[in-house]
Amino acid sequence: MKYVDEFREKKLIMNLADQIKRSATGEYTFMEVCGGHTAAIHRFGIPSLLPPGIKLISGPGCPVCVTAVDYIDRLIALSFTRGVAVATFGDLMRVPGTVSSLSEARAGGADIRVVLSAYEALEIAWSHHDLNVVFPAIGFETTAPGTAVTVLKAASEGTENFFVLNAHKVMPPAMEEIIRGGTHIDGFICPGHVSVITGSSAFEFIPRNYSLACVITGFEPTDILSAILMLIRQISDNNPRVEIQYNRAVTPAGNVKAQEFMNEVFEPCDAEWRGLGVINSGGLTLREKFVNFDAGASFNIEVPHHEPDPVCICGEILRGVSRPDECVLFATACMPVHPVGACMVSDEGACNAFFKYHVHE
Amino acid sequence: MSEKISLSHGGGGRQTHDLIQGVFTKRFGMKDPMTDSAILTVPSAMIAFTTDSYVIDPIFFPGGNIGKLAICGTVNDLAVSGADPKYIAAAFIIEEGFGTSDLEKIASSMADEAEAAGVKIVTGDTKVVEKGQCDRLFITTTGVGILREEYAHISSANRVRSGDRLIINGSSGNHAVTILAARRNLTFDVPLISDCAALNHMIRKVLDNNDGVHFMRDLTRGGLAAVLNELAAMTGRGITVEEDSVPVDEPVRGLCEILGFDPLAMANEGKVIVVAAPGEADKILNIMRSCPEGKDSSIIGIVTEERPGRVVLNSSTGGTRFLDMPSGIQLPRIC
Repeated sequence: MKYVDEFREKKLIMNLADQIKRSATGEYTFMEVCGGHTAAIHRFGIPSLLPPGIKLISGPGCPVCVTAVDYIDRLIALSFTRGVAVATFGDLMRVPGTVSSLSEARAGGADIRVVLSAYEALEIAWSHHDLNVVFPAIGFETTAPGTAVTVLKAASEGTENFFVLNAHKVMPPAMEEIIRGGTHIDGFICPGHVSVITGSSAFEFIPRNYSLACVITGFEPTDILSAILMLIRQISDNNPRVEIQYNRAVTPAGNVKAQEFMNEVFEPCDAEWRGLGVINSGGLTLREKFVNFDAGASFNIEVPHHEPDPVCICGEILRGVSRPDECVLFATACMPVHPVGACMVSDEGACNAFFKYHVHE
Repeated sequence: MSEKISLSHGGGGRQTHDLIQGVFTKRFGMKDPMTDSAILTVPSAMIAFTTDSYVIDPIFFPGGNIGKLAICGTVNDLAVSGADPKYIAAAFIIEEGFGTSDLEKIASSMADEAEAAGVKIVTGDTKVVEKGQCDRLFITTTGVGILREEYAHISSANRVRSGDRLIINGSSGNHAVTILAARRNLTFDVPLISDCAALNHMIRKVLDNNDGVHFMRDLTRGGLAAVLNELAAMTGRGITVEEDSVPVDEPVRGLCEILGFDPLAMANEGKVIVVAAPGEADKILNIMRSCPEGKDSSIIGIVTEERPGRVVLNSSTGGTRFLDMPSGIQLPRIC
């Protein structure tokens, strides 16, 4: 397949793995921040190609994994509100709230539909005037522009039955939080799709303030291995900086148009990240002029606050402090079919990827 | 016959009789008098017996429809057990308002498919429910096949040994991706049809010409990944699969890349995995390749003593990982 096969060529991969083996002189811990990278790393069996001194740990880059339990509880409460349909990305369906998931709520009679985009949710609103359609707006800089454009479209069309329950988050403050929290990291495999929007400049503070290596990379095995090699070289040259390996998609300035849409609709706010707590400027909130589209403001959906299962160590996993198989629930009480924590739900979750693919017991 | 099915067609009276006569019995070659049970002569001590319900959406799709699927699915369940499919019972739950001409099309393709597979539809049932109580049409087929004693081990997997080879009869995931594209109205041009097909003739040819078959199963929901994990669990052995050897068509790969699905976990409706004794695998492969339903057959892996109960995939990129049992649903109502 064009644009895919050339990045999966075995010879290239083996060559890169060999160069990594020859360049690696010590122990390295690299964090991949993006859930897409977590999934790709395990799917392609990247750890099996690396020397034992290189440890890859997963960060907080899986959108559903960092979504607070209270948010899921509010969504479920909304889905049972008369006249409301929740139109959600499929990833959210099985995320456990305090007592149930959206999937269980649907089986219990709630009107919940799976969509592939925010815009598809808006189209449902247009074709069902009797329904108030709520789109759970989750994800990072990758999905936020799509929500922004959809809200702008709803505003320009005068749509009155479309709402978002917003929990968009932004990545750089979370990365800073993890560094400050003391997780041992020698370098970041910086997110690919987020960087397409933000540009590489969003990560410049990391080498500048914390002297850590950063490489922005793509999602194919040759991308990821190249990034690891570049990180090792930055470290041996003692020259930490932000390098773009994913230069077929990422520029220093990013997608300026998408940034403009985001800024028009959203403003930064403090946000709760599952496992990380409240992060200063770690999220986005709808600007005042779009408050009519805010499901939180439009529907009365107070739910009691609940802490996640205390035995589940999703929080530590999202901070890169623990590995999935260090959790006592892993592969026993917590499995993809009946997840306890959100990291086991999504294909991008560290526990899910570890459960599905890991061959090194 | 009226243009649409109404509740009175399920009332048990004249209209029910008209529906059964007009749509089903003639096509299925059933003869009067209609009795409560079909009376069958079974020339064997062993029979294989299976049932399956079909709720697919959409009911017409590229490469087939719910009726063809209902015959092929049940024929395949019998055939992979080593049996010769003989008789089928078909039960229909029809939503009020369903188009009679669509029902006729579906019944005709069932009749055609049954004839091609060499099975007889011998009994059935029809119910009509109010609008909204089912989605258009659900079909349940139940099948009986004659099982020769020498093939009784096939479904149990108790002859599977380390070193046995795994053979698949063609590309993985075509049915699921066809349905996904048809359902979602994705704006992708997917030049694909479902692989929906009866496999009993190919399987018969293999069994008649070679005694090295140790296990067979058709690869429906959960695809290759699910069946290999079931086999690993049943036998307590490990399985190693070479990703490069598993045929996957380009449109399937493409759509799976975009949507984040694994082609090896996608549903099929005309695919079987054959586990063959090492010395017989190439011969069996050649027999399969000589059949239209098996022309793209490929040896994809081996049974091992390593990692009992697990399936290991040597990925085409050179890495190694588990191929795990899929969980949750990629798409509901796929068959």
